[in-house]
Amino acid sequence: MREAAHSHESFRPTLIQSRRDPSSAVRSEVIPAGEPWLATVCRGQTFRIIDLEGNQAVDTLFFNAANSEERYSAVDTIRSQGRLYLTTGTQLLSNDGNVMLTITADTCGRHDTLGGACSAESNTVRYALEKRHMHSCRDNFLLALAHSGLNITKRDLPSNINFFMNVPITPAGKLTFADGISAAGRYVELQAEMDVIVLISNCPQLNNPCNAYNPTPVRVMVWDAL
Amino acid sequence: MSASRADRLLWEEHLHGGAHWSGLARRGVKLRLTDVTGGANISALFYNYEERLERYNMADTLKAQHTAFLTEGCVCYSDMGRILCSITEDTCGWHDTFCGVSNAAMVQARFGATRFQEQRNDYYKNGYDSLLNELGKYGLGKRDVVANVNFFSKVVTDDAGDLHFDARNSRPGAYVDLRFEMNTLVILATCQHPFDPALEYRPREVRVTAFATAPTAEDDVCRMRCAENQRGFRNTETLYL
Repeated sequence: MREAAHSHESFRPTLIQSRRDPSSAVRSEVIPAGEPWLATVCRGQTFRIIDLEGNQAVDTLFFNAANSEERYSAVDTIRSQGRLYLTTGTQLLSNDGNVMLTITADTCGRHDTLGGACSAESNTVRYALEKRHMHSCRDNFLLALAHSGLNITKRDLPSNINFFMNVPITPAGKLTFADGISAAGRYVELQAEMDVIVLISNCPQLNNPCNAYNPTPVRVMVWDAL
Repeated sequence: MSASRADRLLWEEHLHGGAHWSGLARRGVKLRLTDVTGGANISALFYNYEERLERYNMADTLKAQHTAFLTEGCVCYSDMGRILCSITEDTCGWHDTFCGVSNAAMVQARFGATRFQEQRNDYYKNGYDSLLNELGKYGLGKRDVVANVNFFSKVVTDDAGDLHFDARNSRPGAYVDLRFEMNTLVILATCQHPFDPALEYRPREVRVTAFATAPTAEDDVCRMRCAENQRGFRNTETLYL
């Protein structure tokens, strides 16, 4: 694993491998760099995201497939586990306090849920007014939803998960976008505890190190319950 | 604790502990939130009054200013790259942004079951239902609840990301001034912070004081905090040209 870029970061994660056999997956697809992906994962199924080339942020949201008003909640998840970062054992909670998915394996070590998704508008603030035209995760979310036929809109976009992204917070409250701690082939695996709609933007951000300034493809795989 | 000379008092309200409140704060209005007894918590959400789909965005607020908490000089960003309000003065020093609010199950598990029939208006309130109650008055609901600010509460993280609540963060009389840069629907709930370790239900009272205040200056402390905020103010001012 690459050494952390910041000296305050003494955290050493526990890495948990999965026993799932890739050849038995019922679904295996590549999401090209910068593109959205929308699918349903059923209760009991296992869902894996693989960082194929390393240091690729995967902006992800989950909705209850039966009622999209119930959705992933970053603050409920953080509060429930009393910890900021997500890794094996983390239960992803909804705004109704129900467990939507559980992280069952993680060879990256930790994932962010504070950093949110990039948008054309926040790019103008964070980088320059003339960055507005650049492709963004929120535009991916909105376009995937617009074509989905689902009654899910901008109103339903809360703070998301950024798998493989490294956003350390210091005890003094400083927030930085640090170099990634992920690498080629690292993955995170989740078991669905309810039928969920998965909405992903494979992040197109070119202006900060969340994708090592070079967005790359990721693979998603699904297994049926054992 | 006098307001700036340019400020003109508009109104003042006391909120009980466990209260919920909402109202319009127009561009140019400053709301002073005061922790009357110390140990208060005010959960807050902000929406563009004219376009409620535009709302406070925790992630954009933190990323633009490279901070995990809010204090004097910080601003609250909407999801549209604009500034809903600026923190022009803060005698507390730290306001939590990522712990959310309590809900009915948590409050019952910690403090016991209560209901109006026996307790009348002293039944135990929770943050989530308090926010929903106010949002419902504007046709808003669960879909509109996002990560909120918890004024007067401090939660720090260690290197592993574990969270630690600082029960001594806010002293009696501490206040924070929010200068509104947009016409904003303000939703407040004065329930205890979800990590408040108090063994008894004891939400604290707060005071909300509104002033008419001067337009944001070119050398304003919030504007000058970082280049990001200068661009955020530019985006906001464009909306009102």
